[in-house]
Amino acid sequence: MNKIPLAIETENITRFFKDVKAVNGISLKIERGGVYGILGPNGAGKTTLIRMLATLLNPTSGSGKVMGYDIVTEKETIRRLVSLTGQFASVDEDLTGLENLLLLAKLLGYTGKNAKKRALELLSGFGLSDAAKRQVKTYSGGMRRRLDIAASIVVRPALIFLDEPTTGLDPRSRNQVWDIIRSLVADGTTVLLTTQYLDEADQLAEKIAVIDHGKVIAEGTPSQLKASVGSNVLRLNVNDASQIEKARQIITQKINLDVQTNSDPYLLTVQTENVSAATNLITEITSAGIEISRFSLGQPSLDEVFLALTGKPVEENNEE
Amino acid sequence: MDNNNQSASIQSLLAHGARPNPINAVTASLIFGWRALLKIKHVPEQLFDVTAFPIMFTLLFTYMFGGAIAGSTEEYLQFLLPGILAQTVTMITMYTGVAVNNDIRKGVFVRFRSLPVWQPSVLVGALLGDAARYTIASSIVISLGMILGFKPEGGFIGVFLAVALLLVFSFSLSWIWTSIGFIARSQESLFFLSFVVLFPLTFASNIFVDPETMPSWLEAFVSANPVTWLVTAMRGLMHGAPEVEGIGIVLIISATLVGIFGPITMFLFRNKK
Repeated sequence: MNKIPLAIETENITRFFKDVKAVNGISLKIERGGVYGILGPNGAGKTTLIRMLATLLNPTSGSGKVMGYDIVTEKETIRRLVSLTGQFASVDEDLTGLENLLLLAKLLGYTGKNAKKRALELLSGFGLSDAAKRQVKTYSGGMRRRLDIAASIVVRPALIFLDEPTTGLDPRSRNQVWDIIRSLVADGTTVLLTTQYLDEADQLAEKIAVIDHGKVIAEGTPSQLKASVGSNVLRLNVNDASQIEKARQIITQKINLDVQTNSDPYLLTVQTENVSAATNLITEITSAGIEISRFSLGQPSLDEVFLALTGKPVEENNEE
Repeated sequence: MDNNNQSASIQSLLAHGARPNPINAVTASLIFGWRALLKIKHVPEQLFDVTAFPIMFTLLFTYMFGGAIAGSTEEYLQFLLPGILAQTVTMITMYTGVAVNNDIRKGVFVRFRSLPVWQPSVLVGALLGDAARYTIASSIVISLGMILGFKPEGGFIGVFLAVALLLVFSFSLSWIWTSIGFIARSQESLFFLSFVVLFPLTFASNIFVDPETMPSWLEAFVSANPVTWLVTAMRGLMHGAPEVEGIGIVLIISATLVGIFGPITMFLFRNKK
Protein backbone atom coordinates (compact mmCIF):
# COMPACT_ATOMS: atom_id res chain seq x y z
CA MET A 1 0.00 0.00 0.00
CA ASN A 2 1.33 3.39 -0.94
CA LYS A 3 1.14 5.79 1.95
CA ILE A 4 3.23 8.65 0.56
CA PRO A 5 0.99 11.70 0.64
CA LEU A 6 0.09 13.52 -2.54
CA ALA A 7 2.09 16.59 -3.52
CA ILE A 8 -1.01 18.74 -3.36
CA GLU A 9 -4.52 18.03 -2.24
CA THR A 10 -7.23 20.65 -1.95
CA GLU A 11 -10.82 20.24 -0.83
CA ASN A 12 -13.23 22.83 -2.16
CA ILE A 13 -10.79 25.63 -1.41
CA THR A 14 -11.96 29.24 -1.81
CA ARG A 15 -10.58 32.73 -1.41
CA PHE A 16 -12.72 35.83 -1.65
CA PHE A 17 -11.51 39.42 -1.76
CA LYS A 18 -14.49 41.52 -0.75
CA ASP A 19 -16.98 40.64 -3.52
CA VAL A 20 -14.44 39.06 -5.85
CA LYS A 21 -14.46 35.28 -5.72
CA ALA A 22 -10.86 34.85 -6.84
CA VAL A 23 -10.85 31.14 -6.07
CA ASN A 24 -14.32 29.68 -5.86
CA GLY A 25 -14.16 26.04 -4.79
CA ILE A 26 -11.23 24.15 -6.25
CA SER A 27 -10.54 20.50 -5.44
CA LEU A 28 -7.32 19.05 -6.79
CA LYS A 29 -5.31 15.91 -6.25
CA ILE A 30 -1.80 16.27 -7.62
CA GLU A 31 0.61 13.33 -7.61
CA ARG A 32 4.28 13.69 -6.79
CA GLY A 33 6.77 14.04 -9.61
CA GLY A 34 6.36 15.70 -12.96
CA VAL A 35 4.75 18.95 -13.98
CA TYR A 36 1.15 19.78 -13.22
CA GLY A 37 -0.13 22.68 -15.28
CA ILE A 38 -2.77 25.20 -14.30
CA LEU A 39 -4.03 26.89 -17.39
CA GLY A 40 -6.21 29.95 -17.39
CA PRO A 41 -6.52 33.54 -18.53
CA ASN A 42 -5.57 36.61 -16.51
CA GLY A 43 -7.75 36.91 -13.46
CA ALA A 44 -8.81 33.25 -13.45
CA GLY A 45 -7.45 32.82 -9.90
CA LYS A 46 -4.15 31.09 -10.67
CA THR A 47 -1.95 33.38 -8.60
CA THR A 48 -4.37 33.41 -5.66
CA LEU A 49 -4.43 29.60 -5.68
CA ILE A 50 -0.62 29.41 -5.75
CA ARG A 51 -0.32 31.93 -2.92
CA MET A 52 -2.62 29.87 -0.76
CA LEU A 53 -0.68 26.70 -1.49
CA ALA A 54 2.62 28.47 -0.77
CA THR A 55 1.13 29.53 2.62
CA LEU A 56 1.19 33.24 1.85
CA LEU A 57 -2.56 33.58 1.99
CA ASN A 58 -5.16 31.76 4.07
CA PRO A 59 -8.18 30.31 2.31
CA THR A 60 -11.60 31.81 3.00
CA SER A 61 -12.98 28.29 3.28
CA GLY A 62 -12.08 24.74 2.34
CA SER A 63 -8.75 23.10 3.08
CA GLY A 64 -5.49 22.25 1.42
CA LYS A 65 -2.47 20.06 2.01
CA VAL A 66 0.97 20.35 0.49
CA MET A 67 3.23 17.30 0.78
CA GLY A 68 0.78 16.06 3.39
CA TYR A 69 0.91 19.20 5.59
CA ASP A 70 -1.94 21.59 6.22
CA ILE A 71 -1.56 24.99 4.53
CA VAL A 72 -3.02 26.86 7.49
CA THR A 73 -1.70 25.07 10.56
CA GLU A 74 1.62 23.74 9.27
CA LYS A 75 2.97 26.72 7.34
CA GLU A 76 6.52 26.48 8.69
CA THR A 77 6.93 22.85 7.64
CA ILE A 78 5.60 23.55 4.17
CA ARG A 79 7.94 26.52 3.74
CA ARG A 80 10.88 24.20 4.33
CA LEU A 81 9.74 21.90 1.53
CA VAL A 82 8.59 24.23 -1.22
CA SER A 83 9.80 27.27 -3.04
CA LEU A 84 7.95 29.88 -4.97
CA THR A 85 8.88 31.78 -8.09
CA GLY A 86 6.35 34.56 -8.30
CA GLN A 87 4.79 36.02 -11.39
CA PHE A 88 7.00 39.10 -11.19
CA ALA A 89 10.64 38.24 -10.74
CA SER A 90 11.04 38.22 -6.97
CA VAL A 91 14.67 39.26 -6.82
CA ASP A 92 16.15 42.48 -5.47
CA GLU A 93 16.91 44.76 -8.39
CA ASP A 94 19.36 46.94 -6.52
CA LEU A 95 21.60 44.02 -5.60
CA THR A 96 23.85 42.02 -7.92
CA GLY A 97 22.97 38.49 -9.01
CA LEU A 98 25.62 37.11 -6.67
CA GLU A 99 24.34 39.14 -3.72
CA ASN A 100 20.78 37.99 -4.33
CA LEU A 101 21.78 34.33 -4.20
CA LEU A 102 24.14 34.91 -1.25
CA LEU A 103 21.29 36.52 0.64
CA LEU A 104 19.04 33.52 0.08
CA ALA A 105 21.78 30.98 0.73
CA LYS A 106 22.48 32.65 4.08
CA LEU A 107 18.80 32.88 4.97
CA LEU A 108 18.46 29.19 4.24
CA GLY A 109 21.28 28.31 6.60
CA TYR A 110 24.46 28.26 4.52
CA THR A 111 27.32 30.07 6.21
CA GLY A 112 30.46 31.88 5.08
CA LYS A 113 32.37 30.05 2.38
CA ASN A 114 29.62 27.52 1.75
CA ALA A 115 27.11 30.27 1.01
CA LYS A 116 29.44 31.83 -1.52
CA LYS A 117 30.29 28.48 -3.09
CA ARG A 118 26.60 27.62 -3.45
CA ALA A 119 25.80 31.04 -4.96
CA LEU A 120 28.64 30.77 -7.47
CA GLU A 121 27.75 27.25 -8.59
CA LEU A 122 24.12 28.28 -9.08
CA LEU A 123 25.17 31.26 -11.19
CA SER A 124 27.37 29.07 -13.33
CA GLY A 125 24.69 26.38 -13.71
CA PHE A 126 22.22 28.97 -14.96
CA GLY A 127 24.66 30.66 -17.31
CA LEU A 128 24.87 33.83 -15.24
CA SER A 129 28.53 33.77 -14.16
CA ASP A 130 29.42 36.71 -16.37
CA ALA A 131 26.65 38.81 -14.91
CA ALA A 132 27.31 37.81 -11.29
CA LYS A 133 28.61 41.21 -10.24
CA ARG A 134 26.08 43.31 -12.10
CA GLN A 135 22.99 44.80 -10.50
CA VAL A 136 19.88 42.82 -11.42
CA LYS A 137 18.22 45.93 -12.83
CA THR A 138 20.62 45.66 -15.78
CA TYR A 139 19.54 42.06 -16.54
CA SER A 140 17.31 41.07 -19.46
CA GLY A 141 13.92 39.48 -18.76
CA GLY A 142 15.27 36.01 -19.45
CA MET A 143 18.28 36.48 -17.17
CA ARG A 144 16.05 37.70 -14.36
CA ARG A 145 13.84 34.66 -14.73
CA ARG A 146 16.82 32.32 -14.63
CA LEU A 147 18.14 34.06 -11.52
CA ASP A 148 14.70 33.82 -10.01
CA ILE A 149 14.54 30.07 -10.59
CA ALA A 150 18.12 29.65 -9.36
CA ALA A 151 17.02 31.47 -6.20
CA SER A 152 14.23 28.91 -5.82
CA ILE A 153 16.59 25.94 -5.77
CA VAL A 154 19.29 27.26 -3.43
CA VAL A 155 18.08 24.45 -1.23
CA ARG A 156 16.52 21.65 -3.20
CA PRO A 157 12.74 21.91 -2.85
CA ALA A 158 10.44 18.91 -2.97
CA LEU A 159 7.89 21.04 -4.75
CA ILE A 160 8.36 24.22 -6.70
CA PHE A 161 5.64 26.70 -7.67
CA LEU A 162 6.28 28.52 -10.92
CA ASP A 163 3.77 31.27 -11.50
CA GLU A 164 3.73 32.14 -15.21
CA PRO A 165 7.47 31.64 -15.58
CA THR A 166 7.61 32.53 -19.27
CA THR A 167 5.12 35.37 -19.54
CA GLY A 168 6.83 38.22 -21.34
CA LEU A 169 9.91 36.26 -22.41
CA ASP A 170 11.26 36.01 -25.94
CA PRO A 171 11.17 32.53 -27.53
CA ARG A 172 14.82 31.77 -26.88
CA SER A 173 14.61 32.63 -23.19
CA ARG A 174 11.34 30.74 -22.99
CA ASN A 175 13.03 27.61 -24.32
CA GLN A 176 15.80 27.98 -21.77
CA VAL A 177 13.25 28.18 -18.98
CA TRP A 178 11.51 25.10 -20.37
CA ASP A 179 14.79 23.19 -20.33
CA ILE A 180 15.39 24.24 -16.75
CA ILE A 181 11.92 23.01 -15.78
CA ARG A 182 12.57 19.68 -17.50
CA SER A 183 15.83 19.26 -15.56
CA LEU A 184 14.03 19.97 -12.30
CA VAL A 185 11.50 17.29 -13.11
CA ALA A 186 14.14 14.79 -14.23
CA ASP A 187 15.59 15.11 -10.77
CA GLY A 188 12.32 14.20 -9.10
CA THR A 189 11.09 17.65 -8.10
CA THR A 190 7.35 18.22 -8.43
CA VAL A 191 6.53 21.36 -10.38
CA LEU A 192 3.25 23.24 -10.22
CA LEU A 193 3.19 25.55 -13.19
CA THR A 194 0.66 28.20 -14.06
CA THR A 195 0.46 29.50 -17.57
CA GLN A 196 -1.72 31.31 -20.05
CA TYR A 197 -0.36 29.29 -22.97
CA LEU A 198 -1.79 25.96 -24.00
CA ASP A 199 1.36 25.01 -25.88
CA GLU A 200 3.46 25.61 -22.78
CA ALA A 201 1.23 23.35 -20.69
CA ASP A 202 1.26 20.88 -23.57
CA GLN A 203 5.07 20.89 -23.80
CA LEU A 204 5.74 20.46 -20.11
CA ALA A 205 2.79 19.13 -18.14
CA GLU A 206 1.61 15.58 -17.68
CA LYS A 207 -1.70 16.82 -16.43
CA ILE A 208 -3.52 20.11 -16.80
CA ALA A 209 -6.36 21.79 -14.98
CA VAL A 210 -8.08 24.57 -16.89
CA ILE A 211 -9.44 27.20 -14.54
CA ASP A 212 -11.76 30.09 -15.12
CA HIS A 213 -13.50 32.41 -12.65
CA GLY A 214 -11.90 30.55 -9.77
CA LYS A 215 -13.18 27.14 -10.78
CA VAL A 216 -11.74 24.11 -12.53
CA ILE A 217 -13.60 23.76 -15.80
CA ALA A 218 -11.62 20.82 -17.18
CA GLU A 219 -8.87 18.52 -16.06
CA GLY A 220 -6.92 15.93 -17.98
CA THR A 221 -3.81 15.11 -19.94
CA PRO A 222 -2.85 17.56 -22.68
CA SER A 223 -4.03 15.12 -25.34
CA GLN A 224 -7.40 14.69 -23.65
CA LEU A 225 -7.85 18.44 -23.52
CA LYS A 226 -6.79 18.98 -27.09
CA ALA A 227 -9.02 16.18 -28.24
CA SER A 228 -11.95 18.04 -26.75
CA VAL A 229 -11.03 21.02 -28.91
CA GLY A 230 -9.68 19.28 -31.97
CA SER A 231 -5.98 18.85 -32.33
CA ASN A 232 -5.57 21.31 -35.16
CA VAL A 233 -7.33 24.51 -35.91
CA LEU A 234 -7.46 26.06 -39.35
CA ARG A 235 -7.95 29.81 -39.36
CA LEU A 236 -9.11 31.42 -42.61
CA ASN A 237 -9.30 35.09 -43.36
CA VAL A 238 -11.46 36.01 -46.33
CA ASN A 239 -11.05 39.18 -48.35
CA ASP A 240 -14.69 40.08 -48.45
CA ALA A 241 -16.77 39.80 -45.27
CA SER A 242 -19.97 39.29 -47.26
CA GLN A 243 -18.62 36.00 -48.60
CA ILE A 244 -18.12 34.51 -45.18
CA GLU A 245 -21.58 32.98 -45.09
CA LYS A 246 -20.99 31.30 -48.44
CA ALA A 247 -17.70 29.89 -47.23
CA ARG A 248 -19.36 28.60 -44.11
CA GLN A 249 -21.98 26.75 -46.18
CA ILE A 250 -19.35 25.11 -48.32
CA ILE A 251 -17.48 23.89 -45.28
CA THR A 252 -20.49 22.61 -43.34
CA GLN A 253 -22.30 21.05 -46.32
CA LYS A 254 -19.61 19.82 -48.69
CA ILE A 255 -16.93 18.89 -46.21
CA ASN A 256 -19.13 18.31 -43.19
CA LEU A 257 -17.06 20.14 -40.59
CA ASP A 258 -18.05 22.55 -37.82
CA VAL A 259 -17.26 26.20 -38.32
CA GLN A 260 -16.90 28.81 -35.63
CA THR A 261 -17.37 32.41 -36.55
CA ASN A 262 -15.75 35.04 -34.41
CA SER A 263 -16.10 38.66 -33.49
CA ASP A 264 -13.76 39.29 -36.43
CA PRO A 265 -16.08 39.40 -39.48
CA TYR A 266 -13.33 38.17 -41.82
CA LEU A 267 -12.26 35.14 -39.79
CA LEU A 268 -13.47 31.53 -39.85
CA THR A 269 -12.15 28.89 -37.50
CA VAL A 270 -12.42 25.20 -38.39
CA GLN A 271 -11.26 22.13 -36.53
CA THR A 272 -9.45 19.71 -38.77
CA GLU A 273 -7.56 16.53 -38.05
CA ASN A 274 -4.74 16.92 -40.52
CA VAL A 275 -3.02 18.92 -43.17
CA SER A 276 -4.63 17.18 -46.16
CA ALA A 277 -8.13 17.89 -44.83
CA ALA A 278 -7.11 21.50 -44.47
CA THR A 279 -5.72 21.77 -48.02
CA ASN A 280 -8.88 20.15 -49.41
CA LEU A 281 -10.95 22.70 -47.65
CA ILE A 282 -8.92 25.60 -48.99
CA THR A 283 -9.12 24.22 -52.53
CA GLU A 284 -12.93 23.89 -52.27
CA ILE A 285 -13.33 27.44 -51.06
CA THR A 286 -11.02 29.08 -53.57
CA SER A 287 -12.54 27.14 -56.47
CA ALA A 288 -15.95 28.54 -55.43
CA GLY A 289 -14.48 31.98 -56.10
CA ILE A 290 -13.98 33.08 -52.51
CA GLU A 291 -10.73 34.90 -52.02
CA ILE A 292 -8.66 33.96 -48.99
CA SER A 293 -6.28 36.62 -47.75
CA ARG A 294 -4.55 34.55 -45.08
CA PHE A 295 -4.72 31.14 -43.49
CA SER A 296 -2.92 29.29 -40.75
CA LEU A 297 -3.02 25.82 -39.30
CA GLY A 298 -1.94 25.25 -35.74
CA GLN A 299 -2.70 24.25 -32.20
CA PRO A 300 -5.80 25.72 -30.67
CA SER A 301 -5.09 28.83 -28.65
CA LEU A 302 -6.22 29.26 -25.09
CA ASP A 303 -9.15 31.26 -26.42
CA GLU A 304 -10.24 28.37 -28.57
CA VAL A 305 -9.86 25.90 -25.71
CA PHE A 306 -12.03 28.17 -23.64
CA LEU A 307 -14.54 28.56 -26.38
CA ALA A 308 -14.75 24.79 -26.72
CA LEU A 309 -14.99 24.19 -22.98
CA THR A 310 -17.26 27.00 -21.91
CA GLY A 311 -18.96 28.04 -25.12
CA LYS A 312 -17.80 31.59 -24.31
CA PRO A 313 -14.66 33.47 -25.27
CA VAL A 314 -12.18 34.50 -22.59
CA GLU A 315 -13.35 37.52 -20.68
CA GLU A 316 -10.87 40.26 -20.12
CA ASN A 317 -10.41 40.49 -16.42
CA ASN A 318 -7.23 41.84 -15.00
CA GLU A 319 -7.99 41.54 -11.35
CA GLU A 320 -6.07 38.81 -9.73
CA MET B 1 24.11 27.53 -24.32
CA ASP B 2 24.39 23.81 -24.83
CA ASN B 3 21.15 22.30 -23.57
CA ASN B 4 22.52 18.95 -22.52
CA ASN B 5 25.24 20.64 -20.57
CA GLN B 6 22.75 22.89 -18.93
CA SER B 7 20.49 20.02 -17.89
CA ALA B 8 23.45 18.12 -16.51
CA SER B 9 24.70 21.09 -14.54
CA ILE B 10 21.27 21.91 -13.14
CA GLN B 11 20.82 18.34 -12.04
CA SER B 12 24.18 18.41 -10.30
CA LEU B 13 23.05 21.60 -8.57
CA LEU B 14 19.99 19.81 -7.27
CA ALA B 15 21.94 16.77 -6.16
CA HIS B 16 23.88 19.03 -3.82
CA GLY B 17 24.24 17.57 -0.31
CA ALA B 18 22.17 17.84 2.83
CA ARG B 19 20.01 20.80 3.62
CA PRO B 20 21.63 23.18 6.12
CA ASN B 21 19.98 23.82 9.48
CA PRO B 22 17.38 26.58 9.73
CA ILE B 23 18.63 29.86 11.16
CA ASN B 24 17.37 31.63 14.28
CA ALA B 25 15.57 34.96 14.51
CA VAL B 26 18.65 37.01 15.39
CA THR B 27 20.73 35.62 12.52
CA ALA B 28 17.87 36.20 10.09
CA SER B 29 17.51 39.82 11.23
CA LEU B 30 21.24 40.41 10.88
CA ILE B 31 21.21 38.95 7.36
CA PHE B 32 18.40 41.29 6.36
CA GLY B 33 20.39 44.11 7.98
CA TRP B 34 23.26 43.15 5.69
CA ARG B 35 20.88 43.44 2.75
CA ALA B 36 20.06 47.02 3.81
CA LEU B 37 23.77 47.85 3.93
CA LEU B 38 24.30 46.36 0.47
CA LYS B 39 21.57 48.63 -0.81
CA ILE B 40 23.38 51.64 0.65
CA LYS B 41 26.51 50.47 -1.16
CA HIS B 42 24.68 50.30 -4.50
CA VAL B 43 22.52 53.38 -4.09
CA PRO B 44 24.75 55.79 -2.16
CA GLU B 45 22.49 58.71 -3.09
CA GLN B 46 20.20 57.60 -0.30
CA LEU B 47 22.87 58.78 2.13
CA PHE B 48 22.24 62.34 0.99
CA ASP B 49 19.46 62.77 3.50
CA VAL B 50 21.62 61.60 6.39
CA THR B 51 24.52 63.85 5.46
CA ALA B 52 23.10 67.00 3.89
CA PHE B 53 20.10 67.44 6.20
CA PRO B 54 22.06 67.36 9.45
CA ILE B 55 24.68 69.81 8.19
CA MET B 56 22.04 72.15 6.84
CA PHE B 57 19.90 72.07 9.98
CA THR B 58 22.77 72.52 12.40
CA LEU B 59 24.30 75.46 10.57
CA LEU B 60 21.00 77.12 9.76
CA PHE B 61 19.45 77.02 13.20
CA THR B 62 22.62 77.76 15.14
CA TYR B 63 23.37 80.94 13.24
CA MET B 64 19.82 82.03 12.55
CA PHE B 65 18.43 81.71 16.09
CA GLY B 66 21.60 81.76 18.20
CA GLY B 67 21.97 85.50 18.60
CA ALA B 68 18.28 86.21 19.01
CA ILE B 69 17.45 83.47 21.48
CA ALA B 70 20.49 82.99 23.66
CA GLY B 71 22.53 86.09 23.03
CA SER B 72 25.37 84.21 21.33
CA THR B 73 25.61 81.33 18.92
CA GLU B 74 28.02 79.44 21.12
CA GLU B 75 25.71 79.65 24.09
CA TYR B 76 22.75 78.55 21.99
CA LEU B 77 24.65 75.64 20.49
CA GLN B 78 25.02 74.02 23.91
CA PHE B 79 21.23 74.05 24.19
CA LEU B 80 20.38 73.33 20.56
CA LEU B 81 22.74 70.54 19.57
CA PRO B 82 21.15 67.63 21.44
CA GLY B 83 17.79 68.78 20.08
CA ILE B 84 18.89 69.26 16.49
CA LEU B 85 20.43 65.79 16.65
CA ALA B 86 17.11 64.37 17.80
CA GLN B 87 15.26 66.27 15.09
CA THR B 88 17.57 65.17 12.29
CA VAL B 89 17.34 61.51 13.15
CA THR B 90 13.61 61.63 13.88
CA MET B 91 13.04 63.19 10.47
CA ILE B 92 14.95 60.53 8.56
CA THR B 93 13.07 57.65 10.20
CA MET B 94 10.42 58.18 7.52
CA TYR B 95 12.74 56.76 4.88
CA THR B 96 12.12 53.38 6.45
CA GLY B 97 8.55 53.67 5.23
CA VAL B 98 9.75 54.64 1.77
CA ALA B 99 11.98 51.55 1.63
CA VAL B 100 9.18 49.21 2.70
CA ASN B 101 6.83 50.77 0.19
CA ASN B 102 9.41 50.20 -2.55
CA ASP B 103 9.96 46.58 -1.60
CA ILE B 104 6.25 45.81 -1.81
CA ARG B 105 6.02 47.28 -5.26
CA LYS B 106 8.93 45.16 -6.53
CA GLY B 107 7.54 41.81 -5.39
CA VAL B 108 10.69 40.78 -3.54
CA PHE B 109 8.67 40.48 -0.32
CA VAL B 110 6.78 37.58 -1.83
CA ARG B 111 9.92 35.48 -1.81
CA PHE B 112 11.00 36.59 1.67
CA ARG B 113 7.57 35.72 3.02
CA SER B 114 7.74 32.24 1.54
CA LEU B 115 11.03 31.46 3.33
CA PRO B 116 11.23 29.34 6.48
CA VAL B 117 12.60 32.18 8.63
CA TRP B 118 11.18 34.23 11.50
CA GLN B 119 8.89 36.54 9.52
CA PRO B 120 9.46 39.88 11.29
CA SER B 121 13.20 39.52 10.60
CA VAL B 122 12.70 41.08 7.16
CA LEU B 123 11.57 44.30 8.80
CA VAL B 124 13.79 44.15 11.88
CA GLY B 125 16.74 43.73 9.51
CA ALA B 126 15.68 46.74 7.45
CA LEU B 127 15.44 48.76 10.66
CA LEU B 128 18.89 47.60 11.76
CA GLY B 129 20.23 48.84 8.44
CA ASP B 130 18.53 52.14 9.16
CA ALA B 131 20.19 52.27 12.55
CA ALA B 132 23.47 52.40 10.62
CA ARG B 133 22.16 55.43 8.76
CA TYR B 134 21.06 57.09 12.00
CA THR B 135 24.54 56.50 13.41
CA ILE B 136 26.13 58.18 10.40
CA ALA B 137 23.79 61.15 10.74
CA SER B 138 24.51 61.40 14.49
CA SER B 139 28.27 61.37 13.99
CA ILE B 140 28.00 64.12 11.42
CA VAL B 141 25.90 66.37 13.65
CA ILE B 142 28.11 65.81 16.69
CA SER B 143 31.37 66.34 14.77
CA LEU B 144 30.04 69.51 13.21
CA GLY B 145 28.79 70.67 16.61
CA MET B 146 32.23 70.12 18.17
CA ILE B 147 33.83 72.15 15.40
CA LEU B 148 31.38 74.97 16.02
CA GLY B 149 32.07 74.93 19.75
CA PHE B 150 29.78 72.38 21.36
CA LYS B 151 31.22 71.29 24.73
CA PRO B 152 29.44 68.26 26.20
CA GLU B 153 30.07 68.21 29.94
CA GLY B 154 28.96 64.59 30.09
CA GLY B 155 32.05 63.65 28.06
CA PHE B 156 32.29 60.84 25.60
CA ILE B 157 30.18 58.49 27.69
CA GLY B 158 27.41 61.04 28.06
CA VAL B 159 27.31 61.67 24.31
CA PHE B 160 27.47 57.95 23.57
CA LEU B 161 24.55 57.20 25.87
CA ALA B 162 22.52 60.07 24.44
CA VAL B 163 23.03 58.71 20.91
CA ALA B 164 22.17 55.20 22.10
CA LEU B 165 18.91 56.49 23.58
CA LEU B 166 18.18 58.32 20.35
CA LEU B 167 18.76 55.14 18.33
CA VAL B 168 16.38 53.18 20.56
CA PHE B 169 13.72 55.86 20.16
CA SER B 170 14.20 56.13 16.36
CA PHE B 171 14.14 52.35 15.92
CA SER B 172 10.81 52.31 17.77
CA LEU B 173 9.41 55.29 15.89
CA SER B 174 10.33 53.60 12.59
CA TRP B 175 7.62 51.00 13.15
CA ILE B 176 5.06 53.73 12.52
CA TRP B 177 6.63 54.24 9.10
CA THR B 178 6.75 50.55 8.28
CA SER B 179 2.99 50.38 8.98
CA ILE B 180 2.34 53.42 6.84
CA GLY B 181 4.69 52.06 4.17
CA PHE B 182 2.34 49.12 3.71
CA ILE B 183 -0.79 51.26 3.54
CA ALA B 184 0.42 54.24 1.49
CA ARG B 185 -0.62 54.03 -2.15
CA SER B 186 2.33 55.98 -3.41
CA GLN B 187 5.53 57.57 -2.23
CA GLU B 188 3.96 61.01 -2.61
CA SER B 189 1.23 60.23 -0.12
CA LEU B 190 3.84 58.77 2.21
CA PHE B 191 5.91 61.97 2.09
CA PHE B 192 2.86 64.10 2.70
CA LEU B 193 1.77 62.02 5.67
CA SER B 194 5.22 62.02 7.19
CA PHE B 195 5.43 65.78 7.12
CA VAL B 196 2.03 66.09 8.74
CA VAL B 197 3.30 63.89 11.58
CA LEU B 198 6.94 64.93 11.81
CA PHE B 199 6.64 68.70 11.63
CA PRO B 200 4.46 69.15 14.70
CA LEU B 201 6.40 66.43 16.50
CA THR B 202 9.78 68.07 16.01
CA PHE B 203 8.94 71.78 15.90
CA ALA B 204 6.32 71.84 18.64
CA SER B 205 8.89 70.63 21.11
CA ASN B 206 11.65 71.98 23.33
CA ILE B 207 14.28 71.57 20.59
CA PHE B 208 14.60 75.25 19.70
CA VAL B 209 13.25 77.22 22.62
CA ASP B 210 12.24 76.82 26.23
CA PRO B 211 8.49 76.04 26.22
CA GLU B 212 7.87 78.39 29.19
CA THR B 213 7.27 81.36 26.87
CA MET B 214 4.61 79.53 24.87
CA PRO B 215 0.83 79.93 25.34
CA SER B 216 -0.50 77.36 27.78
CA TRP B 217 -2.29 75.15 25.23
CA LEU B 218 0.89 74.81 23.20
CA GLU B 219 2.97 74.29 26.29
CA ALA B 220 0.68 71.43 27.25
CA PHE B 221 1.22 69.82 23.85
CA VAL B 222 4.95 70.38 23.98
CA SER B 223 5.38 68.85 27.40
CA ALA B 224 3.39 65.78 26.34
CA ASN B 225 5.37 65.43 23.10
CA PRO B 226 7.61 62.34 23.17
CA VAL B 227 10.31 64.29 21.32
CA THR B 228 10.42 66.78 24.23
CA TRP B 229 11.03 63.91 26.65
CA LEU B 230 13.71 62.53 24.38
CA VAL B 231 15.50 65.86 24.01
CA THR B 232 15.38 66.57 27.74
CA ALA B 233 16.88 63.16 28.47
CA MET B 234 19.57 63.62 25.80
CA ARG B 235 20.51 67.07 27.12
CA GLY B 236 20.82 65.62 30.58
CA LEU B 237 23.11 62.85 29.36
CA MET B 238 25.26 65.06 27.15
CA HIS B 239 25.70 67.76 29.78
CA GLY B 240 26.48 65.38 32.61
CA ALA B 241 23.20 65.69 34.52
CA PRO B 242 21.19 62.60 33.53
CA GLU B 243 17.64 62.26 34.87
CA VAL B 244 16.83 58.62 35.37
CA GLU B 245 13.10 59.21 35.42
CA GLY B 246 13.12 61.05 32.08
CA ILE B 247 15.23 58.34 30.46
CA GLY B 248 12.83 55.74 31.83
CA ILE B 249 9.88 57.54 30.27
CA VAL B 250 11.61 57.66 26.86
CA LEU B 251 12.22 53.92 27.08
CA ILE B 252 8.58 53.30 28.03
CA ILE B 253 7.41 55.45 25.09
CA SER B 254 9.72 53.46 22.78
CA ALA B 255 8.45 50.12 24.05
CA THR B 256 4.87 51.33 23.60
CA LEU B 257 5.53 52.37 20.00
CA VAL B 258 6.97 48.95 19.17
CA GLY B 259 4.15 47.28 21.12
CA ILE B 260 1.50 49.03 19.05
CA PHE B 261 3.03 49.44 15.61
CA GLY B 262 5.08 46.23 15.55
CA PRO B 263 2.00 43.99 15.53
CA ILE B 264 0.17 46.33 13.11
CA THR B 265 3.12 46.19 10.72
CA MET B 266 3.32 42.41 10.96
CA PHE B 267 -0.40 42.08 10.37
CA LEU B 268 -0.10 44.18 7.22
CA PHE B 269 3.02 42.28 6.16
CA ARG B 270 1.23 38.93 6.38
CA ASN B 271 -1.98 40.07 4.76
CA LYS B 272 -0.78 42.35 2.02
CA LYS B 273 -2.08 41.01 -1.23
